Amino acid sequence: MVTGTDRVKRGMAEMQKGGVIMDVVNAEQAKIAEEAGAVAVMALERVPSDIRAAGGVARMADPRIVEEVMNAVSIPVMAKARIGHIVEARVLEAMGVDYIDESEVLTPADEEFHLNKKEYTVPFVCGCRDLGEAARRIGEGASMLRTKGEPGTGNIVEAVRHIRKVNAQVRKVVAMSEDELMTEAKSLGAPYEILLEIKRLGRLPVVNFAAGGVATPADAALMMQLGADGVFVGSGIFKSENPALFAKAIVEATTHYQDYQLIAELSKNLGTPMKGIEISSLAPADRMQERGW
Amino acid sequence: MIKIGVLALQGAVREHIQSVEACGAHAIAIKHKEELKDVDGLILPGGESTTMRRLIDKYDFMDALKEFAREGKPMFGTCAGLILLAKNLVGYREPHLGVMDVTVERNSFGRQVDSFEADLAIKGVASDFPAVFIRAPHIVEAGENVEILAKHDGRIVAAREGQFLGCSFHPELTEDHRFTAYFVKMVKEAKQKQFV
Repeated sequence: MVTGTDRVKRGMAEMQKGGVIMDVVNAEQAKIAEEAGAVAVMALERVPSDIRAAGGVARMADPRIVEEVMNAVSIPVMAKARIGHIVEARVLEAMGVDYIDESEVLTPADEEFHLNKKEYTVPFVCGCRDLGEAARRIGEGASMLRTKGEPGTGNIVEAVRHIRKVNAQVRKVVAMSEDELMTEAKSLGAPYEILLEIKRLGRLPVVNFAAGGVATPADAALMMQLGADGVFVGSGIFKSENPALFAKAIVEATTHYQDYQLIAELSKNLGTPMKGIEISSLAPADRMQERGW
Repeated sequence: MIKIGVLALQGAVREHIQSVEACGAHAIAIKHKEELKDVDGLILPGGESTTMRRLIDKYDFMDALKEFAREGKPMFGTCAGLILLAKNLVGYREPHLGVMDVTVERNSFGRQVDSFEADLAIKGVASDFPAVFIRAPHIVEAGENVEILAKHDGRIVAAREGQFLGCSFHPELTEDHRFTAYFVKMVKEAKQKQFV
């Protein structure tokens, strides 16, 4: 009997496919998310839009909040550690968190190195903007990917850019002849073995969710249509006017992302979504997606 | 050729479809209850049982699934799917489908860090089946007509009751299709009986 194998860690993410993972900051929100049909919750001290508003250094959540959420629901609980922060990750693992997000939403602890995620029993999810970044994270042991998007903006444009980029690059690798792959690995900055695996499978070896800007049911369905395996919703739910309604509607739109009549129905009378931010109005230093490499 | 549906509300649908096709049967993702009429057997995949239940209720699948069971068509639940099939759930007053005479406990091996792989002896299938357990449930109690197919650490992790097959682990996550082939055979036999 062995724990922490690739199959067990990647398999956990496979079970989340077609589902919605919601950011929550307390037990009450976690229960609303579970009730709405979330496949997991991300326990945080603040949702990304509040992290933006607060400024300063954003760190791992208070373990008490993570524990409160773990005790409140039976679905898996994820939590965020700073990029490269070995101890925050080990603390979350020791608490029994089900998945760790090595996240650019928090202030990076290391501007050069990401975590060596192979060494952990707990699985990790990491953000990516292109295939090079995706393959580097898989090479370090990430068991799940998500687009970086631009967190806390309620603006889907960056997540769309990232999923299109990754999927176009995957298609290119799959179509390439094997003798071209080493040069492609060099130009992407991607581990060669991971590109070989992508070519053999015809897809990424781990699931890739959408994240960073999903604010409405139509946004979630759009990302599914562009090839995401599932959706993370950060500020989009609990910064909307009616979180319980938004949560349910986003879950349904993710399942039936090509049923446009249904999406029309469930988008009616939802109230106001979170207030969004136009990306070009963000100062370069406020762009979270530039964190990590 | 027989057709096997995979309930596609959430979870590991693609893997089951590939596994069924590797066993020489036709596989269909079932997103709407009307599509159940087209299939001879149904797989309830792994995923989050609470999410699947919400969507089953929302899209009025419950009666159609129970009717499918009443018609005697085989159903195979893996992990969350086993939870959906069970007649009793530890800590819950009501079951989901409640068609298979077993009592199931959710997340009974612990959280994700306790998830594991182990080789299993499965009666009539294999002596060394690579089984992947992810936040897995297990069968606490089985009714008298339930045949126990596999145990791990003294806990029942695979069982069959006539047309119903259930397991705690994820046969769809490996390249070993022997357990799926066992279900495909159940579906073939059930279909032959219909025409006798």
